[in-house]
Amino acid sequence: MSPASTRPGRFGPYGGRYVPETLVHPLEELAAAYREAKADPSFGIELEKLLRDYAGRPTPLTFAPRLSAALGGRKVYLKREDLLHTGAHKINNCLGQVLLAQRMGKRRIIAETGAGQHGVATATVCARFGLECVVYMGAEDMERQALNVARMRLLGAEVRAVASGSRTLKDAINEAMRDWVAHCGDTHYLLGSVLGADPYPTMVRDFHACIGREARAQYLQAEGRLPEALIACVGGGSNAMGLFYAFLPDKQVKLIGVEAGGKGNELGLHAARFAPGGGGSPGVLQGTFSYVLQDAAGQIALTHSISAGLDYPSIGPEHAQLHDEGRAEYVAASDAEALAACQTLARLEGIIPALESAHAVAEACRRVPRMAADAGVIINISGRGDKDMGILARELKLADGDRG
Amino acid sequence: MSRFADIFATARREHRAALIPYLTVGDPSLAASLEIALALAEAGADILELGVPFSDPVADGPVIQAASQRALAQGVRLADALELARQVRQRSPVGLLLFSYYNPILQYGLERFARDAVAAGCDGVLAVDLIPEEAGAYRAAAEAAGLDTVFLAAPTSPDERLAAIGAASRGFVYTVSRLGVTGARATVAPGAKELVERLRRQTRLPIALGFGISQPVQARAVAAFADGVVVGTALVEAIARAPEAGAAAAGAAFLRGLRAACEMG
Ligand SMILES: Cc1ncc(COP(=O)(O)O)c(C=O)c1O
Repeated sequence: MSPASTRPGRFGPYGGRYVPETLVHPLEELAAAYREAKADPSFGIELEKLLRDYAGRPTPLTFAPRLSAALGGRKVYLKREDLLHTGAHKINNCLGQVLLAQRMGKRRIIAETGAGQHGVATATVCARFGLECVVYMGAEDMERQALNVARMRLLGAEVRAVASGSRTLKDAINEAMRDWVAHCGDTHYLLGSVLGADPYPTMVRDFHACIGREARAQYLQAEGRLPEALIACVGGGSNAMGLFYAFLPDKQVKLIGVEAGGKGNELGLHAARFAPGGGGSPGVLQGTFSYVLQDAAGQIALTHSISAGLDYPSIGPEHAQLHDEGRAEYVAASDAEALAACQTLARLEGIIPALESAHAVAEACRRVPRMAADAGVIINISGRGDKDMGILARELKLADGDRG
Repeated sequence: MSRFADIFATARREHRAALIPYLTVGDPSLAASLEIALALAEAGADILELGVPFSDPVADGPVIQAASQRALAQGVRLADALELARQVRQRSPVGLLLFSYYNPILQYGLERFARDAVAAGCDGVLAVDLIPEEAGAYRAAAEAAGLDTVFLAAPTSPDERLAAIGAASRGFVYTVSRLGVTGARATVAPGAKELVERLRRQTRLPIALGFGISQPVQARAVAAFADGVVVGTALVEAIARAPEAGAAAAGAAFLRGLRAACEMG
């Protein structure tokens, strides 16, 4: 549809910069700052120190003995991004970008958030560095992730409700982009996934690539070989790209992305951009060319997922390339499967995953029993489930009154 | 010569800036949009910007967002905008510029879009979220069909970009008067004149200025240094405030006030 290109910021035909002209200069400024930072050893040293002392890296790769046994004895390992400060992988990227904002002299930070994890991580790094912080969040997401709204406010951030469109992540990004267009002189847009215009998909992936680098070394250390498969949930795609990236050259390692299957395959009931017959096809949304859930006339579709972090109609452009090239495989897990998987991991391993991460666990529960008897997999536990306790209590009937 | 070139040449001869109103196609209804478009042409519009509603208008403020939503709720899509253009063209020589986000055009098919737009009588197209660097195939399709491509220039664009924007544009260049999304403002941004002057050094095309212009006094100020004055939000608001039956008259009355201001005196 669009000519393949080897220009920077392109992943095969995907990626690029589809923004109003006003934002091109700020994007170029950001790309230049990132290039310079990468070439400056002091940047890497400072980031590594923050990741270790402040965020808690490296995160463990935890063997899951009871889940492994339940899935027929194949070895299941969990990459524990849930143990990071603020409770999800999102802080990896926020620390990287806040250092860049400092280098650029930008004192005001804006961000979008779906599940609230990226908003909390952004509010956290802004507090740590003394920067003004405004987080845009869909009104529906503010309701379903109320705990994270309170956390952001406690951290000193202003949370702005977005009541337009589907009142979820997509609309929060629209509003953040509008803010950035108006204030790009003094404001850095701290985008929270491998989405948006170049350089974001590359830069955010790089800031999360520590997940896969650690996991690869940890698995080799534990098992003396590479795993058969990696399994990660895919909203915008940052935790999955972070895990996959170090393994891209290891062609024997299967990469499996799990999208939100929601309540069904009909457009509007899910957020599975790659699902056959689901309504996803290549298109342009919010700065990048990738798969998009849309109608025949190019209007963006509404989406549904029980997990706010996966409830988004597009996907990072690098995933689109991995999909088309067959390097990664994408499947969907439904709301119900994610809920069940959440319960499974809690009961078998004493770990309550975020509803987003539970989608990856759900796929593991389906797939691992069919794998070779000596197979091993890594599931990315991208975040912890505390933020979802309201939904979990309701859906799994955990309140006192439900028990009688 | 293209119709846009003609229009700007005529306006210059008449010592005035071209007046370029924006309307969201399908707001409040497709039938009303036809009446509004014809009434605006009657009231002195030189070029009509036909806004194609989009679900995710990142460059638009609340007023045009709401207008888009009203149009989308009735099922209005790019094909309907082309049909509206065809109906306007049957009755008026007014310039017609399709104003859209890129995805609806991409999904329509670049070549098919350019052909159908020209067949409908459109003179040009502006895709708000498409910059020259990403527009290779789009420009080729438009050029082949004879459709002018108008690109945006912004206060943040350095001179090299202004040169590229000028080189990629046909008909005219649309400069954004300020940082920010569409929306009526009380004054013309101080940097607008400087931007137009910087752009003049990079292109010989006519230069229109938009984003934020809502009152005759602003239109007069802009007409002193730009070749065209774009009015969007304030007009969309005037149309939205009127009952549907009075929408065309309300839009025309609003435009007449601006038309007089575009005379450079
Ligand atoms: C715990 C967790 N996992 C996953 C995601 C989805 O984002 P991504 O696909 O970018 O990792 C989110 C987003 O909010 C999240 O909070």
